Amino acid sequence: MILVIAEQRDGKLNRATWETIVGAQQLAKASGAPITVLVPGTHAAGVGAELAAAQVAEVVTVEHAALEPYTPDGFTAALQAVIGQLSPAHVLLPHTYQTRDFAPKLAARLDRALVTDVTAIKTVGSDTAFVRPMFQGKLTADIVPQGPGPHFITFQIGAYRVDQVAKGAAAAPVRALEVAVDAAAIRQKPEAPFQQARQAVDLSQAERIVSVGRGIKEQTNIALAQQLAEALGAEIAASRPICDAGWLPMERQVGSSGQTVAPKLYLALGISGAIQHLVGMKGANTVVAINKDPDAPIFEIADYGIVGDLFEIVPAMIAALKA
Amino acid sequence: MKIAVCIKQVPTREWQPRLDDSKTWIREQDAAFEMNEPDAYALEEALRLKEKHGGEVVVCSAGPARVAQVIREALARGADRAIHVDDESLASADAFVTADALAAAMKSDEFDLVLTGLQSDDQGFAQVGVILAEKLGRPHATIIMEVEVADAGLRVKRELEGGWFQWVAMPLPAVLTIQSGINQLRYATLKGIMAAKKKEIRKASAPAGAVSKQKIVSLYVPEKGKKTQLIDGSPAEAAKELVRKLRDEARVIA
Repeated sequence: MILVIAEQRDGKLNRATWETIVGAQQLAKASGAPITVLVPGTHAAGVGAELAAAQVAEVVTVEHAALEPYTPDGFTAALQAVIGQLSPAHVLLPHTYQTRDFAPKLAARLDRALVTDVTAIKTVGSDTAFVRPMFQGKLTADIVPQGPGPHFITFQIGAYRVDQVAKGAAAAPVRALEVAVDAAAIRQKPEAPFQQARQAVDLSQAERIVSVGRGIKEQTNIALAQQLAEALGAEIAASRPICDAGWLPMERQVGSSGQTVAPKLYLALGISGAIQHLVGMKGANTVVAINKDPDAPIFEIADYGIVGDLFEIVPAMIAALKA
Repeated sequence: MKIAVCIKQVPTREWQPRLDDSKTWIREQDAAFEMNEPDAYALEEALRLKEKHGGEVVVCSAGPARVAQVIREALARGADRAIHVDDESLASADAFVTADALAAAMKSDEFDLVLTGLQSDDQGFAQVGVILAEKLGRPHATIIMEVEVADAGLRVKRELEGGWFQWVAMPLPAVLTIQSGINQLRYATLKGIMAAKKKEIRKASAPAGAVSKQKIVSLYVPEKGKKTQLIDGSPAEAAKELVRKLRDEARVIA
C-alpha cells in the first residue's frame, strides 16, 4: 500500500498534497498498490472529504489534540502509530518545510530509508528509482532506497502538476483512525505563526520581474538592475543570498522561503538557479537568464539565454530599450 | 554552554561537475572544496552564543582526510577544538551513515547544544541534523533564523514558508538546523589562523557496520526541460537581439 501524508493547517489543505497524490498515482501504476491518503491534525474531516475526490482507495483522518499546533515530536509519535497499523510499502509526502522538520525523525525512529526532494519516478531494471537533484541542481541522481519498507519519499514542490491528478468516479471512502499519543512527551512548545513584515510588495501580481542573484557581486550594482527594471516596467526581486546580505529587503525574495511568482517575464540576472529559487518562479511565462556560467541550472528552464557578463549586457539592454 | 557544530566540506560553487568512471559519483580529484554555506552560518551562531553565554565550541566533521581543510578554517574562525570522523567512505555517505558517524563520535562529550546547517550543497538531503537529534534522543527544530537562550532551555525562531515565522521553545540539550542568513559571517584573522595550529583535532573512526539506506544507481547532467534559445554575439548585439525577441516573439514588453 502507498500512504500519502497530506499537509493541512486549521482545515486548509496545502495544495502540494495534490501533487504528491499525482506522484502516488504514478507509483501505483507500476506496482498496482492501492493508495491511502492520511490527513493528520485537527479539523481533518473537511480536508479528508476534499481529498476523497482523488482516485484513491481510501482517505484516513487522524484527529488528535497533540497534532495541533504542529510539533515534530507529536507528528512523529502519531505517524509511527499510524504506520504500525497500516503497514505501507511507501510513505509519500510533499517536500515542505513541515515535512523537512519531522520526516527524517520519523524515518530514523523506524530505521527506514528516506529519499528527499524527488522530481520523478523511473523504472531501472526490476527496481523503482527516484530521481532527485544533487550538487545544487548541477547533477541529477537516480536513487534506489535500500533495506526493508516502508520507504519514505518526499516530492519537490512543482514536481507534478495539480491538474494531472486522476479523480475517482465516486468519492473515496473516508474513515477516522484512532492513535494514542502522549502529549506530555512533546518537548517543543510552539507559539503562533506570524509574518515578519507586512508584505508591502505583492510580487505574485507583477507582470514583469527583474531578479538578481549572487552574480551582481556588490550592493552598489543593484542600482544597475533597478535601471533595467524601470526600463522594462518591471518589479525588482532577488534570490535568497541577496536578501540575506540585506542588499534588498526580504519581502523581495523569490523562492521557497520567499514569494512564489508567475509573471509574463522573469529576467534572472546572475542567478545560478538553485532548486529553492526555481520553485518560486518556474510558473513564469517567459524566463530569460543572463549568466556567465553556461552550465548554470537556470538555463535548463530559460526560454532565452545570454551567456556573458551582465555588467556589459545590462547597460546595452537599457540602451536598446530606450532606443 | 558546550556547543557542537557539525560542518561538511562540499565542492565550491564554481566547480564544474565531472563524473567518475562508475557514473555514480563525481571525480573528486577535479573538485575544489569549501565549507558548506549553511554550516558556516551554524558555526557563526555557535561562536556568537559562546561570546554571550560562555562555554566551548567544538566543530565536528565526518568525511575523508580532505575535510581537515574546513576543520582548520573553523578553528581559525574561533572554534575551540575539533572532532574528525576520518573515513574515505564518508565522502559519498547517505544521511543515516553520516548521522551515525557524528552521533558515535559526539556521544562522550554530552553537548548542551548541537548546531548544523539546514542542508548541504552537495547531496542536499536536509536530513542529517534531524536524524542526529533522534539518535541522540534530543528535541530539535529546523530552519532556524534566531536563537535565544532562556533559563534551562531555548527559544528559537523557525522559518516557515512564504515569509512566515514561528517561535518555538524547547528544553536543552537540543539540536538545531540553521538557515543561511541568520547572521553575518566573520572571517578568520591572521591571529586566528596562527592560534588554530595549536588547537586539538581528535580523530575518531567511523562506527563499524554502517549500512547505507540509499544507493545512487546513476548520476548525470540533467536533461533540459525547455529548449533555451541562446543568443550569441557581442554584449551590445546580444542585448539588442534579446530586446527584439522579447518585443516581437515573446511579446512580453511593449
